[in-house]
Amino acid sequence: MLEPLIYDLSRPGRQGVTLPACDVPPTPLPDGLARTTLDLPEVDQLTVVRHFTRLSQLNMGIDTTMYPLGSCTMKYNPRVNETAARLPGLAAAHPLQDPETVQGSLALMFALQEWLADIGGFAGVSLQPAAGAQGELTGVLMMRAYHLDRGDTKRTKMLIPNSAHGTNPATANMAGLEVVEIPSDPRGNVDLEALKTLCDDTVVGLMITNPNTLGLFEEHVEEVVAAVHACGGLVYGDGANMNAIVGKVRPGDLGFDVLHYNLHKTFSTPHGGGGPGSGPVGVSARLTDFLPGPLVARVQDQGETQPPHFSLVTPPKSIGRMKAFWGNFGVLVRAYAYIRANGPDGLRGNSEYAVLNANYLRAKLEDVYKLPYDRVCKHEFVVEGVWADAPGVHALDIAKRLVDYGFHAPTNYFPLIVHEALMIEPTETETRETLDRFVHALRTIAEEAHTQPQLLKDAPHTAPLSRLDEIAAAKQLVLCCRPVALSA
Amino acid sequence: MLAAIGAADIETLFADIPARLRNPQLNLPPALSEMETLADLRELAEDNQHAGRSALFLGAGAYNHYTPQIVDALIQRGEFLTAYTPYQPEVSQGTLQAVFEWQSMVCALTGMDVANASHYDGATALAEAVIMGNEHFRGARRKVVLSPTLHPHARGVVHTYTQGLGLSIVGEDLPPDVAPAALADLVDDQTLLLAVAYPNFLGQIDDLQGLADRVHARGALLVVMADPLALGLLTPPAAFGADIVCGEGQSLGLPLSFGGPYLGFFATRKSLVRKMAGRVVGETHDRQGRRGFVLTLATREQHIRRERASSNICTNQGLMALAATIYLSTLGKHGLRQVAELCWHKSHYAANLIGALPGFRVVAPRPFLKEFVVACPRPVAEINDFLLYQRNIIGGYDLGQDYPALKNHMLLCVTETNTRAQIDDLVGALSELS
Repeated sequence: MLEPLIYDLSRPGRQGVTLPACDVPPTPLPDGLARTTLDLPEVDQLTVVRHFTRLSQLNMGIDTTMYPLGSCTMKYNPRVNETAARLPGLAAAHPLQDPETVQGSLALMFALQEWLADIGGFAGVSLQPAAGAQGELTGVLMMRAYHLDRGDTKRTKMLIPNSAHGTNPATANMAGLEVVEIPSDPRGNVDLEALKTLCDDTVVGLMITNPNTLGLFEEHVEEVVAAVHACGGLVYGDGANMNAIVGKVRPGDLGFDVLHYNLHKTFSTPHGGGGPGSGPVGVSARLTDFLPGPLVARVQDQGETQPPHFSLVTPPKSIGRMKAFWGNFGVLVRAYAYIRANGPDGLRGNSEYAVLNANYLRAKLEDVYKLPYDRVCKHEFVVEGVWADAPGVHALDIAKRLVDYGFHAPTNYFPLIVHEALMIEPTETETRETLDRFVHALRTIAEEAHTQPQLLKDAPHTAPLSRLDEIAAAKQLVLCCRPVALSA
Repeated sequence: MLAAIGAADIETLFADIPARLRNPQLNLPPALSEMETLADLRELAEDNQHAGRSALFLGAGAYNHYTPQIVDALIQRGEFLTAYTPYQPEVSQGTLQAVFEWQSMVCALTGMDVANASHYDGATALAEAVIMGNEHFRGARRKVVLSPTLHPHARGVVHTYTQGLGLSIVGEDLPPDVAPAALADLVDDQTLLLAVAYPNFLGQIDDLQGLADRVHARGALLVVMADPLALGLLTPPAAFGADIVCGEGQSLGLPLSFGGPYLGFFATRKSLVRKMAGRVVGETHDRQGRRGFVLTLATREQHIRRERASSNICTNQGLMALAATIYLSTLGKHGLRQVAELCWHKSHYAANLIGALPGFRVVAPRPFLKEFVVACPRPVAEINDFLLYQRNIIGGYDLGQDYPALKNHMLLCVTETNTRAQIDDLVGALSELS
């Protein structure tokens, strides 16, 4: 046991904070309203602080180690953004206050809408989606609504490349659509001929990630978009990989009709151990009426003496709201601060360095790790974590061994079209010295795989725990630490 | 580095982008230093009224509760803040154990068997409950009954999420004072589920006794959307036979933050766990037999099931769930109840005084904890303007926006953060509008 459960630290009568005495005449509680038991821990404040501090020390984070988790863009999360999100005027404003009293929040959101539209090349942006997957659902529901609004009811199919994130097909399913998988060609692009064959008047559209999950830019992206548009379909862009192309190309210019941004990837907001994220969507002119509402609008210019005036408006054919209130506002503040601090040249430079760093690693590793698609990559690349002359060593073993060298593991076993995939994304915020140490670690591990394979199979050796039994977890299904069973 | 790659310049690395579209001009403001960035944001923040500057009596789904200082200090530990989804459990035990503790506390509050890591907010948690119900019946039932006193935004999100699934949603147009028993009358053998709120959007604590029996008699599920802070005091929904308990966890120590990031919580029966969406942490052991935690039941999720997954959720509200876990650990079983009781006493003190003002009437046939409806002698917007601009008070929510029958009705919220002096000021101000 590394750290007891908070429940094991509980002793009757302890409490971690004092509360004010009741300063009004009390009103008795009616019988039968109150519960008789409540199984929460009773712990003093220092014990709470130590417990969660010790728990934190069992984690790796970007603040402690390079975290080259492909497709997740684990770049440095600037601390100034944390300060910004905690400014009382932003953190203590209630979402349902009269819009007149929250013009600062609305001005920030309006600017971010405009900036993201500019970065993506789109006519409109909604900041409401809470994460990338929710941005996907937003986009797909808008595509569906667009066709239905035109009386085009035959369209039920969503085309999705076989390299796509699992969220893409799951999203199409949530929207009640049928998923049709598109194969990839030998260079890692969408198979253009296969796509053309499938494009007909039953197609809602295509969901495409560009650069794709192999870290490769679609070499025929304009032809892909044209093929989908030719059959009346729309093109959805999964913006998980925007960190490669900010300021280098705008998805809207490539003809994309809708795209979600991951503010927690491209725009540096912290991943928080699994959120909160934020997944705004940008759309072309033909989809702006369908955006989830409300959006922030500039309602009137009151002349140079008055500041602009902002309000919340819902587009005429809106698909509805995606969540309560207006979006993960605190995350929006951090992304606003990031864009403000970097400016247009800084953002473009960040993408250039992200791509430079990935290609540097690729070049330094390609003689040792097999590259299934050997061409210039964007912000990430995929290698095979397996060698014919080191039988029994798998991508997972390499991933776990990296921990012993002080690195978080890359994404592994994804994308599904690469055998024993290791997907490596260094981001622009790692120094060359760190990249060189990472190269050294991966090259050493490749040697160990051939000379001392057991070292990999038993890895990690230096982590708080050794490998965990996931099968036992799924079988015994212990999901909370007290048997409650009131509902049995 | 370019030499190692064999590239002449950085542009070579972008040669696969169509040349005529490469390096577009971005119309963004120029870069600022850290100091200037913060100054820019301070200026925006200054343009807001907020709970730090005015007395706040507005709730309606977002609540101003006191958060112990250690909560924000601990969630800013870099190892929590800058980690991601714990795919590598050996180096993520901190996140994993904290989620396990969160799941345990959600089970304790709701009385249910199992809980997940979180949803985006209470509204999306309710939408996922409806989708889970749809999965449970494999499309054999097509009707959903929603109480009109579920949060209007939550009902809106249910409509958005399910627009491609061909479900019929009924119940919302019933009058807002409808009793749960009348909603149960709408449940038939085509119904997936009935969803009610506890306390409801009008602050009322409906009597849920016997409701589950009626719903279950038709083979449907009962979903209760609850305020977890209220569950520090109230009978847990599991005791009423709920099948799914979900809701908005913002009241557990999260800042108002203009509406997000908040925290959806979700709990259900063990028999339904394989239909539940979201990340779930389970206990296991490592190779040396030491206890540890992992993400489990992954076969339900999008990265395995792809187009057969009924939810696409992956990133959720991890850091907010951590904040709530620290909040609940700090308050503990007595502290949470004490907060809820302070809300009870203060809101009743306020309601008694306001109800005695000429022209004002408190509409609360059922018990309430921190929110109550006041019928007002003039439009709510007019009252709120007076309160803010004359008395520096942020007033209540205008219920006429959502319920035509409640024109000139205000939903007021009183929590432990409202002092007696603030309440007396509010009452004094309202008395001038009688």
